[in-house]
Amino acid sequence: MKIGVCVKVAPDTDTRIKISGDGAGIEESGIKWIVSPYDSFGIEEAVQTQEAQGGEVILFSAGPKDWQTQLRAGGLAVGAERAVIVDDPALAGTDPLGIARVLAAGIASEGCELVFTGKQAIDDDNVQVPAMVAELLGWPHVSFVTDFSTDGSTFTATRNVGGGTQEVVTGSLPVVITAERGLNTPRYAKLPAIMKAKRKKVDVKSLGDLDLSADDITPAVQLTNFSLPPERPAGRKLEGDVDTMVQELVRLLREEAKVI
Amino acid sequence: MARFQGLDFYNIDDLLTEEERAIRDTVRTWVDDNVMPIIEQHARAGTFPTHLPERMGEMGFLGANLQGYGCPGLSNIAYGLICQELERGDSGIRSFASVQGSLVMYPIHAFGTEEQKERWLPALASGKAIGCFGLTEPDHGSNPSGMVTRAEDRGDHYLLNGAKMWITNGTLADVAVVWAKLDGVIRGFLVERGMEGFSAPEMHGKHSLRASVTSELVFDNVKLPKGNLLPGVKGLRGPFSCLNNARYGIAWGAMGSAMACYDAARRYAIEREQFGKPIASYQLVQNKLAWMLREITKGQLLAWRLGRMKDDGTLFHEQVSLAKMNNVDVALQIARVARDVHGANGILDEYPVMRHMANLESVYTYEGTHDIHNLILGRWITGIQAFH
Ligand SMILES: Cc1cc2nc3c(=O)[nH]c(=O)nc-3n(C[C@H](O)[C@H](O)[C@H](O)COP(=O)(O)OP(=O)(O)OC[C@H]3O[C@@H](n4cnc5c(N)ncnc54)[C@H](O)[C@@H]3O)c2cc1C
Repeated sequence: MKIGVCVKVAPDTDTRIKISGDGAGIEESGIKWIVSPYDSFGIEEAVQTQEAQGGEVILFSAGPKDWQTQLRAGGLAVGAERAVIVDDPALAGTDPLGIARVLAAGIASEGCELVFTGKQAIDDDNVQVPAMVAELLGWPHVSFVTDFSTDGSTFTATRNVGGGTQEVVTGSLPVVITAERGLNTPRYAKLPAIMKAKRKKVDVKSLGDLDLSADDITPAVQLTNFSLPPERPAGRKLEGDVDTMVQELVRLLREEAKVI
Repeated sequence: MARFQGLDFYNIDDLLTEEERAIRDTVRTWVDDNVMPIIEQHARAGTFPTHLPERMGEMGFLGANLQGYGCPGLSNIAYGLICQELERGDSGIRSFASVQGSLVMYPIHAFGTEEQKERWLPALASGKAIGCFGLTEPDHGSNPSGMVTRAEDRGDHYLLNGAKMWITNGTLADVAVVWAKLDGVIRGFLVERGMEGFSAPEMHGKHSLRASVTSELVFDNVKLPKGNLLPGVKGLRGPFSCLNNARYGIAWGAMGSAMACYDAARRYAIEREQFGKPIASYQLVQNKLAWMLREITKGQLLAWRLGRMKDDGTLFHEQVSLAKMNNVDVALQIARVARDVHGANGILDEYPVMRHMANLESVYTYEGTHDIHNLILGRWITGIQAFH
């Protein structure tokens, strides 16, 4: 079975984001790039499935070919077999639907039967691409999955629907599964595997290679402006004896924060 | 607390390959997850985390730069980066890996028989077996050639008598690489746990390297099978070639400790206020941080250059001496200054600095004391030995 994983490379969670001078994006210098953490859950689940069922795990990215650094360290070194990166100038201005078209075309061209991806990327938090990929492929899609199993033709996926209630979804492949925290614990790359990943294949493709053109990914939405959230005001320290402080705290919670 | 980010003032990352950077980052995360949460407790209790060797083996940290026999087969730079990141956690954890890889696996790999290699290397690489290295004796530290531990040829076996002291991993070890005189010539022997007459009591009362096991090795008429001699080397070249490998790793490791202390001091100086301002806003404190940055940057360049020379085979041992002595020396001073920057908090184990400081006192002394390396360099410069 060919198992696909859609992977995005995003700034490390510790990054202090700065807006670029023209306000049209973020300052990219000095950022440490990593595989978006939810996608790492997707990779781990794909590798575990491949270990149980056989087959091959293929990573798919729509982004600059430089992402191969992160795809190797965060994917090929932990068990994925190869990667396909679609790098095309037209991708720069596209939107989630454009990205989804590219990924779906890549997945279709490889003949995958099962696709994992993170529930969202940690940079723009759009939560759109996976459902769109499924729709474009004509496949079902189960989101925010915390437990998954397949026998190679049918699958069972568990999702938390809030309040401790779990929903169990069963169906047959193909399917797109999006990974929620808790699905698994991604393994560390073993150091010799990092060296071996150097020799694994990364295909860099253009839109044309997938029979797509720039017109196919013309954005329907455009990002027009970025701004940072306002500085958080400094904390306040309550003074006095315990009774006074508790009274004041309750008053603030009721009158200012309006939470009780 | 925010994750440790390292320090790379001179873009040394650009001098590393993509894989070397990935290896460094992986070990760093592994240390965050596996060492940082438990290390203060172990240091306080004076115990080594015995669950770590197998995890380290699985990751490829043990005997990292050795090829074949289940060894990871990584570059020397990669081995150095592993040491750096492990020692950022604790010198005791790095010591474990140094002893296992450079002092036990290396001599078996370089001087052992096929049978010895097949028996021990895969087990040691996986962390399922633990090794120790016995050179130092109670009365012979800097001068190992004076050792009194001796082996006698008794026809079908060797008879080993004597004692070693200060032996890292001793009590835990399944196999000890022991250097002893056979007909007056220093030879290496593999002494196995459980052999009659062999005991390895742990030494207690250390103020340093508390998360590492240090032991005596006692040999009282131990009968060693003939197959337990390392045939490939005679004389001090045997132990010294091991030490050279370990010292190389220590040159990197010390920078890990130094970075941990710098990182702690920088964070603390920015947060701690006295006289109405962060202490980081005073010139004297900035001077301390700037000095740390300067020494770490120089030490990193030494370690990196040493690694490239080791990888291309042009390295000579005096160069290793210079990097070991310099990097441990500055790391120890940085740890002391970082302790100072933390004020009274610096003596608490809520902060890592005093643990690193105390650890580095051992690192300063073992693998050739600071001054023994001075003498090695003095001999290189003048051609005159000043050891005795
Ligand atoms: C925690 C720890 C772990 C260790 N692990 C191991 C291990 O696994 N295996 C092992 O074999 N050993 C190990 N050692 C031992 C270590 O290698 C020795 O302590 C070291 O070689 C110094 O020997 P010594 O302690 O006998 O000091 P000494 O040799 O007595 O030195 C004392 C002082 O005299 C100085 N000195 C000595 N000779 C001269 C000279 N000719 N000129 C000028 N100054 C001189 C030294 O620089 C030092 O300052 C360990 C030590 C420690 C503390």
